[in-house]
Amino acid sequence: MAGPLKVVAAMSGGVDSAVAAARAVEAGHDVTGIHLALSRNPASYRSGARGCCTLEDAHDARRAADVIGIPFYVWDLSERFHEDVVVDFMDEYAAGRTPNPCLRCNEKIKFAAVLDRAIGLGFDAVATGHYARLRVAADGEVELHRAEDDGKDQSYVLGVLTQDQLRHSLFPLGDTPKSQVRQEAERRGLRVADKPDSHDICFVSDGDNAGWLREKLGERAPNHGGDIVDDASGEVLGHHDGTYAFTIGQRKGLRLGRPAADGKPRFVLDIEPVSGTVKVGPRAALRVGRLEASHARWCGAAPGRLMGTVQLRAHGSEHRAVVTADGDHVDVELIDPAEGIAPGQSAVVYDGTRVVGSATISATHPAGSR
Amino acid sequence: MNDLTGKPVYLDHAATTPMLPAAIEAMTRHLSEVGNPSSLHASGRRARRVVEEARETIAGAMSCRPGDVVFTSGGTEADNLALKGAFWSRHQADPRRRRILSTAVEHHAVLDPLMWLAEEVDAEVELLPVDRYGRLEVEALRTSIERDPGSVALVSVMWANNEVGTLQPVDEVVALASRHGIPVHTDAVQAVGNVPVDFAASGVDMLTLTGHKVGGPFGVGALVVRRELEVTAMLHGGGQERDIRSGTLDAPAIAGFAAAVEAAVKGQPEHAERIAVLRDRLVADVRRVVPDAVANGHPTLRLPGNAHLRFPGCAGDSLLMLLDARDIECSTGSACSAGIAQPSHVLIAMGMDEEDALSSLRFSLGHTSTDADVDALAAAIGPCVDRARASRQPVAR
Repeated sequence: MAGPLKVVAAMSGGVDSAVAAARAVEAGHDVTGIHLALSRNPASYRSGARGCCTLEDAHDARRAADVIGIPFYVWDLSERFHEDVVVDFMDEYAAGRTPNPCLRCNEKIKFAAVLDRAIGLGFDAVATGHYARLRVAADGEVELHRAEDDGKDQSYVLGVLTQDQLRHSLFPLGDTPKSQVRQEAERRGLRVADKPDSHDICFVSDGDNAGWLREKLGERAPNHGGDIVDDASGEVLGHHDGTYAFTIGQRKGLRLGRPAADGKPRFVLDIEPVSGTVKVGPRAALRVGRLEASHARWCGAAPGRLMGTVQLRAHGSEHRAVVTADGDHVDVELIDPAEGIAPGQSAVVYDGTRVVGSATISATHPAGSR
Repeated sequence: MNDLTGKPVYLDHAATTPMLPAAIEAMTRHLSEVGNPSSLHASGRRARRVVEEARETIAGAMSCRPGDVVFTSGGTEADNLALKGAFWSRHQADPRRRRILSTAVEHHAVLDPLMWLAEEVDAEVELLPVDRYGRLEVEALRTSIERDPGSVALVSVMWANNEVGTLQPVDEVVALASRHGIPVHTDAVQAVGNVPVDFAASGVDMLTLTGHKVGGPFGVGALVVRRELEVTAMLHGGGQERDIRSGTLDAPAIAGFAAAVEAAVKGQPEHAERIAVLRDRLVADVRRVVPDAVANGHPTLRLPGNAHLRFPGCAGDSLLMLLDARDIECSTGSACSAGIAQPSHVLIAMGMDEEDALSSLRFSLGHTSTDADVDALAAAIGPCVDRARASRQPVAR
């Protein structure tokens, strides 16, 4: 987008969004800082450490806005966040899937609820501190690309954005390595420069997903205890207290009394939420050669059939793949097999550095099968 | 922006109001002088004299005895001292006295100490209902007291509500309570300087006031408390204030506070008349542009400078932001510590639902307010309301 815009800078209280806001100001835009309150009672989600929504983060964001010299407000998105992200996260786990709430938050909150409100209030765009790049193609379409800094690239969690959302987005950090952003924060007098990066899920305290889910899901039906069985023989190897504590590919914490016949470690291969059965087996059985996915979101036109790459986790590697889109359904043939892929994870499709779109994995098939 | 002064259009005097010239003069005069009012030497005596003259000035303005004035760090501390201190001593004297009667529309500086007393020292707190204007239902108070007068430790009813501006029937409260010898506290932080407040004539036993709401400095206030009423200390230390409040006395701030109280009380009738006219014009001008705007609070029994308006279909915090972008400053009422606008407990107590409560804004006028301020608001409010309403419509994407 060109020309001075009226921009809402989403400021988490961290270093990236602070520098992004400062750069938007420097680019000549009319910037207003916004901190998203994602809980009505802001101390209740996580304390101390980095997250999205602590009082300390609101304070840090406010101080950064002061230093940059922009107006600052807190927007209450707690209800939407709870409904669209937290409840969705719980439901997905209860159904035996492994969702990524950050994608859901970008899809439903940061680039939907916030953008809707901003545009309604007369703003043109939302700026965030995500590491990703936007380019305008010859036909005028706004393309989303991986960041310059491969190690920090966050295009994966933005793979849910539509063309309309991209047209109203600014990612001022896409061309810069993280280390440079920290130096720049220091140079600009932003005290957030020495804050650690955030990695965990913001609404789960201490990064203890299983503990959080145990507390929240309580006695919800699909999360009763069940058997841990050998996938090949069907033999019951142990018991567990709830499927939410497991993800596909998990090796630790199975607490199986007996070693496998071949002496090799066993991994979670499948989770059946209704029966509560957790199937385990050897590492080789984790290899996935084909994926089916739904809830497709395309950054531009739907791709039809594409030779490209897919990324299956936030910090995962790229897999060459043939992607076939048919309406909401997406079929992914992995040329480079993946390992330990769980339904609920998002497959983000790339054509080179360009993000084509994303879909939520609904089924996986072993490598070698057709 | 005010075209003449280039300053923001400040319509938030209920939050804090600029210092009066007399207060600035009195305070700065003493800032460069050394002396702890508790010291026995000449410098100490001089500082003590500043404090005691200030105490006498405030006593004169409030119609109390100088010995009734206990200086504090502000309204919140004075409220805490009144409620906790009086409950403590009354409950100690007779353990049957466990009940504290108050209203659902008090400031958090009253509500939160009451909640603390309920949770930590087994007080029984009754928050009595208000009518749709935010005015205490006196009959509810009567019923509550007469159910068992001997169990009431104290009654606390604010003089004027900080959000919607409604005046409370303090005289009726005193009439009901004094019949049974129950002490009455009133938070008069918003009232002093805006409506006549006479401690002696009111019959209350304790009254809270604070510096920065009357044109004095921040960080200083007072609890006026009848000497006959025993109040247990909450801040322990040197015992500077009648042994019920400790802490080195801030002589310059106290001097500024007293100068402000004196000037505000003396000028109250003319001030109230002037800003009531201005306030009425503000409401009329806004409603000319936004005909469905609704005035909250009591139509006549209200603070002269307070206009509390509901803008149907607007999120109050959106509207505040849009006005702020045009340098017009007002308030949504209350926000949590992170800065999120909360549905006001006052409006909820008045029977409003959450959505309506969140679509209200407070505009409060003070001694520096002018016609130009009202003109600026009248010019800006229409487009801002249109924008705020549009932002509530979901965008298809």
